[in-house]
Formats: sequence, structure tokens, C-alpha cells
Amino acid sequence: MAAPASSRRPLWSRLPVIAQLRQSVGLQRGMLVTGLVLTAIFVLTAVFAPLLAPYGFAQLRGPDGPFGAQQPPSAEHWLGTTQGGYDVLSRLIWGSRTALLVIIVAVIASLLVGVALGLIAGYFGGWLDRVLVVVADAIYAFPSLLLAIVLAIVISGGQSSLWGGILAAALSITVIFIPQYLRVTRAEVIRIKSEAFVESARVIGAGHVRIMTRHVLRNSTRTLPLILTLNASEAILTLAGLGFLGFGIEPSAAAEWGYDLNKAMSDVTSGIWWTSVFPGTAIVLVVLGLTLVGESLNDLADPRLRKRAAGAEPVEDLGVDPGPAADPAMATTPETTKEGVR
Amino acid sequence: MSDLVEIRDLAVTFATDAGPVRAVDGVSLAVHPGEVLAIVGESGSGKTVTAKSILGLLPETATVRGAVVLRNKDGGEADVAQLSGSRLRQVRGRDAAMVFQEPSTALNPVFTVGWQIAEGLRAHGRLSKKEARAQAIDILRRVGIPDPETRVDHYPHQFSGGQKQRIVIAQALALDPGVIVADEPTTALDVTVQAEILDLLRRCRDEFGAAVVLITHNMGVVADLADRVAVMYQGELVEQAPVRELFESPREPYTQQLLASVPRIGEGLARAEARAERRPEGWDDQEPLVSATDLRIVYPGRFRQPDFVAVDGVSFAIKPGEVLGLVGESGSGKTTIGRAMAGLTRVSGGSLSVLGVEMNGARERHIRPIRSRVGFVFQDPATSFNPLLTIAQCVAEPLVVHGRAESSDDARARVDELLEAVQLPRSYGDRFPHELSGGQRQRASLARALALDPELLIADEPTSALDVSVQARVLDLFDELHRELGFAALFISHDLAVVDMLADRIAVLHRGRLVEEGTGAEVLGDPKDPYTRRLLASLPVPDPVEQAERRAQWQAATS
Repeated sequence: MAAPASSRRPLWSRLPVIAQLRQSVGLQRGMLVTGLVLTAIFVLTAVFAPLLAPYGFAQLRGPDGPFGAQQPPSAEHWLGTTQGGYDVLSRLIWGSRTALLVIIVAVIASLLVGVALGLIAGYFGGWLDRVLVVVADAIYAFPSLLLAIVLAIVISGGQSSLWGGILAAALSITVIFIPQYLRVTRAEVIRIKSEAFVESARVIGAGHVRIMTRHVLRNSTRTLPLILTLNASEAILTLAGLGFLGFGIEPSAAAEWGYDLNKAMSDVTSGIWWTSVFPGTAIVLVVLGLTLVGESLNDLADPRLRKRAAGAEPVEDLGVDPGPAADPAMATTPETTKEGVR
Repeated sequence: MSDLVEIRDLAVTFATDAGPVRAVDGVSLAVHPGEVLAIVGESGSGKTVTAKSILGLLPETATVRGAVVLRNKDGGEADVAQLSGSRLRQVRGRDAAMVFQEPSTALNPVFTVGWQIAEGLRAHGRLSKKEARAQAIDILRRVGIPDPETRVDHYPHQFSGGQKQRIVIAQALALDPGVIVADEPTTALDVTVQAEILDLLRRCRDEFGAAVVLITHNMGVVADLADRVAVMYQGELVEQAPVRELFESPREPYTQQLLASVPRIGEGLARAEARAERRPEGWDDQEPLVSATDLRIVYPGRFRQPDFVAVDGVSFAIKPGEVLGLVGESGSGKTTIGRAMAGLTRVSGGSLSVLGVEMNGARERHIRPIRSRVGFVFQDPATSFNPLLTIAQCVAEPLVVHGRAESSDDARARVDELLEAVQLPRSYGDRFPHELSGGQRQRASLARALALDPELLIADEPTSALDVSVQARVLDLFDELHRELGFAALFISHDLAVVDMLADRIAVLHRGRLVEEGTGAEVLGDPKDPYTRRLLASLPVPDPVEQAERRAQWQAATS
């Protein structure tokens, strides 16, 4: 009776993440909640950056003159200032905005291209499939950061405006991620393609486009949400890596954690901790949050890994139970039982 | 001697996503020494859960209440429901052993069968490698594996399905347990192999002195092997009786209904005659809808493996309004023929003409025009529906694809009509496939296949995934629809009795070749081919008295 009951629940409780949250118990729920809280803080900070940040990301002087470089945390500058004389807290907050934009652009672009290519490769197979898979493998073979650096140079041409920088970072990440989406979608499509309902559509006489869009695509996107969250965290790491190596965005165009870390390198040896610890922690927390969400979604999607509330006795005798789970519940026992056994 | 197994007021509850589910409720059973107790019931009746609780094999999500007392041959006893860890391991194998449904998954493919049998022996006693091996050879010989000295070092894939099941049984017998729990031991096997395995299980009782708890849904198997029968329904024990008594005079209405829905050979004769009478004059001279001559279908081999010939030189014809039943064991090529007729598998040689289109060498665009005139019902109702579409959308799909309707909403009136024709309430159209039971889904599948009023229906084992009572209803529905709509059909099944109920003519396939073809009366009443005769002889009849006679004949014929 599990499934029919779920479709009768209100819409909000069937939305992707919320449905899993309701389903989870114990440690898995703790992981998911932690991840969601961290991610929510990150997103909210990014959205409300102009309200939260005390100064602008490129601001060097306040009403009382210049901030001064490498100032320790104080009442004016809660987290101190950097070597370049920027406010660390403001750069931290504005940096979340850059990170979020890069994630959104990178994930959407790679999702669209990767899924489309995966669908075509998996559905038609043949030489097209082979070529796409070989190209994807070739991209896999490159160190991803090296590829991202090359692409960043090609795309931005050395410029470092806000959107130029964001697009350069996002698109270089996109190219690295497309093979992942392609392979996952392709594998899923190949599995779905041999299912009886796709064959039945073929027997009915449906055309390729109709089978692909109506029957195959919607059934093969099940695993995407979790790659999406895992990729989002990888995107942050790549962006920070690019910034750290000096291929990111100039401080006057946007705030970027990797860049700040790069500039903070020399501070570490001279005992100035606040310039490196805070951006570093920000990266770690955001990656941790997104990874926790991704990992727990992954575990929850798998009935073998999913924990369930310990078997309490059902509301006394099922036969007398007036609830909807009376008779039909027993009729559907085989599925549920077998799932338990697996 | 006291009972080997005593189950007292057993209740098993599973923790599931939808909350706790009671799978077994208040079952009390006893297994006497040296008897075969059959637990029968449909899927979801709790028969497997009950049997698994004897060995404490339930998953972590299960909560067990009640007692499962297991007595060993020395008189010691233990409540399996309370045991855990090492004590449970001691009991398993020594006091009770298990034979699984699917022999190919019950054996570990990377170890030799001898090693796997010895593993159980060495887990329970101090044995040298040599002694264990000697015992393994001995037990393999006793379960009828030829040349056990060499075969003991072979890997599972080197054995046939029936031999693998023998090895699984040997593994269970190795420690000479008091009770063997056999969970659907013959369901995955062909009929002719099934007869041999049933014979071996009978020897387990007679020669090894083990009691057998046989879990099955096949009443023929019960009639053949069981001494006593326990009928389960929805987690409860409905009836318990000695086998002859149960078949002769079932007390409970559920048991009566269960027995009545088992198909028996010979029942279809009257129906076939009635159909023949209804046919108009001149029917015999009509052009056949489907005709195959020397049809050959080959699956190309990979990596220098030889090609696999699935269908070899098969010829048959289906006339308008006629039902051809195609029977064969697994691997006989029956499904391949059905798929080739629907254009899902390429024809490699010979000729197969379907509704005037030659399928040999045909491309998709040649086949598409006849798609609207051919319906297809798939074997597994669970996977033949797109899980994201409602039943109404699925049934409307052919109408939309062939331009008879703009959208699935547009086709709703026709869909409602179709759902009513297959005896499903209209409201089911708004449900999703997983919200329907197997039988309901298969009826919806029939509705979809009939949506365009096809001249030809291909049904690939439409009832093999269903319970007996559901199967009976679906078969009746098929017959009724056939009477009303008059389509021609290819009905594929491995079950002779099912084919007999529906088909005008029966074709028997064996390893890709057509061994016999004729009317039901000809093929089943007076089989000419030795293979057909063997097939008929090994089919257990759901009547213990008659089956005992047949078994005697079968044994005389094989020995």
C-alpha cells in the first residue's frame, strides 16, 4: 500500500528532497538535515549578500578612510581585512554569490547537454554512441583542473569581468561534467530501452522521438538529482582551485574564495590566520553540506541502504483496523516483503 | 516420535516504507518426521516467510512473535525465533536445511560445487579436506549426478539447471538434517526437469529420512509429492489436511476456489468445438493472416562464439479468428517467434508473412503500417507499463500514436469502453500502474492491445506471472473477448493446460524446431512425437490419486 498512499499525500510532501526527508530515520536523517541546513545557509547568504555584507566586495575604504591591510578582527571588521585591504567578512559573503552563480550555470549547462547526448547515445547506439563514449572517456582521461585552466583561458581570453569570469569557470566545469551526465543517462537509457513498456510502445508503432521523450527520458532521470548535488560540490572545488591558481576572477570584478586563499598564502607563515581560515572554512562547509545532501539522497534512493523505523507492531490486528491499510495491505505484501528481504 | 518442527502462533511483521506490515498472523503448524508437508498459497500469502522462519532466515526488518521449535535427531530442541548468532548457525544445516527457488543464484559461481558442499560439512564438524571431499562425492552420487568423482571439481555453470538444483539439494542433505525446507524448488525449471527433481525430493524423504517442507503454488506439484497440505491465505492458515482428503473434499471456500481455478488438460476441448461450430462456411479456404515457412531466427554469437539458432525451420499458419497455441520449454524459441511476428526480432531466414508484410528483411517503415492491426500482450505485467503514466494514458497510447485521438484525454471515452470490456472499473484509468494488482494490470494490458481493434493478437505468456486464481479469470476474459471480437491470436505459454483452454490448434516447439502441430484433441489426446509424449507425461496432474498412477507410468517409462 506504500505507493498508492504516497500519491494521495499533499504535493509538497512528494517534492524530491522533502519526500526523502520524511522517509529518512536515524543517522541518515541527521546527515541529510545537516547537509540541508548548511546548503540553506549558503544559498540564503548568496541571495541576501547585498543586505548581509557590511561592505562591498571591492571596497577598500570606509567613511573613515582606508581599511588598512591585514588588520586583525575588530568591531569594524569582524573577520579582519586581507593583504589587499579588503574586508574578509564582506568578501566571504559576496563570494557565496559567485559560487552559487557558477554552480547554477555549470550544473544547468552540463545537465542539458549531458542528458541530451546521453539520451541520443543510449537510445540509438551504434557508431554515434561509440564516438560519444570515446570522446567522454578522452575528457575523463585529462586531469580535470588542467582542462578547466585551458578552457578558462580560451573562454575568457584573459579578461576577468564578473560574468566573463563566472562563465569561464562555469563552462570549464561544464565540459568536465558533461561526460558524467552522459554516461549516467546513457546507462539508464540502455536499461530502460529493454524494458517491456518501451517495447510495447514500439509494438504500438510509436516513433523514435515519442518513445525517447515520453517513455525513456522521464524514466531515466531518477539518479540525476544526486549526481547534481554531488557535482555542485565538485563545481565549488574546481572554482576555488581555478581561483587559487590565479585563473579566477579579479577582486575588483567579484569576490571569490579561491582567489582570497591564494593571496592569503604568504600570510599564513607570518601568523595572520584570519585571511585564510575563513574562506577555507567556507569552502569546506559548503562542499560538506552539498556532499552530505548528495550522499544521503543516494543512500535513501537505494532500498538496501535505506534505514526504516524499527518494526513496531501494527495497530493491533490488521483485520479490525479501520484504516485504509486493512485488506489491500496484505494483498501487496509480496512486494514489500521482498524489498525487505533484499 | 515427536514433531520435528513446531510453529506456535507465529506472527511476523515487516517494517516497510509504508509502516509495519503483518506478513504472517497467528500460524501454528507442525512437521512430523518423514513426511512432506506442502505449504500452498498465492503470492503474498506468507508461505515463504513462514518457511524461512524455520531457519531464522528473516531479514532484519522483520519482527517475529511466537515460537518456532526445532527438534534435532538426538532429541534436543531449540526455539529458532529466540536464537541468534552462533547458536543459530549450529542449527542451520544440521537440524534444518534450505533448498532455494533459483538454483543458478543459490550456488556461488566462483567456487567448485564440491567446495560448496564441503563448506557446509566443515562448518559443523572437524573434517579434513580429504574427508569432506569424499563425503561431497558420496552425496553427489546419491542425488544422481553422474560421474561425481570428476564433477565434484566442476563449477556451477558447467551444470544444467536441473543438475544445479540437484546440487543445491545435495548441499541441503549433506549434514543429514531432520527437515529440508524447499522454497518453490521447481518453479524455475522446465516441466520435464521438474518431474526429476520432484522424484529426488521424494527420495529425500524415503531414502534419507528427512521431512520436507515444500512451498509451492503449483497444485500439480502438491498432488505429486505432498503427504499433508497446509493452505495459507493473506498471512493466515486456512486449512490443513492430508493430501487426498484436501483434493477430494476441501472444507474451506478459499481452498475450493483455489482448486477449481487450476487448469486441467482436456477442459478446453468443448470450447474449441464450440468455436469451430461458430465459424462461417468457407472459413477453411481463407487466406491465413500469418504464415511462416522454414522460419529461421539466429542470434549472432559474440567473441568467436558460434551463432545461436533460436528458431530453425518452423512452418505454421494462423487463419483469421483462429487461436494458435505455441508450447515449449524455456529456450525452445517460442517467445522469439512471437517477437519476430511483432517485428521486435529480425528474421534471419525463410519467410514470415504477417498481414501481408514479409518480415524477412523488412525495415521499420514497412512494418509500421501493420502495427495498428497487431496487438501484443507482454509476459510481465509489472514492467509493460510506463510507471509514470496513468493506466488511461497507457491504454490511450496506441490511439494517439495512430492519430485516432488528439491526446489521451481526447481518447478517454474509448479508453473507458476498453476498460469496461476487460472488466476494470472506469475509475482505474486515473490510477498508476503500480496501484493495480498483477491481474488487473494484465487486463489493462489486454485493453491496450485491443485498443485499435487488431486482427491479430500476440500474447507472450500473459498469465505466467499471475497466481492461479487470477490466471483463471484472465484466461476466461481472453476467451470472452475472443468470442466477441474474433481476432486471430498467437498464444505463447509453457503450460500445456493453459494453452489447451484457449487454443484451436497447438504447436509444440523443442529446441527451435516444431515437433508437432495439430488440434488440441490431436496433440494432447494422441501425441505422435516422443517429446510431446514426454512433456505430457511429466506434467503433474492436480489430483493425487491420478498423479500416483501417472507417476508409476512415468517411472516405468524412464527407467
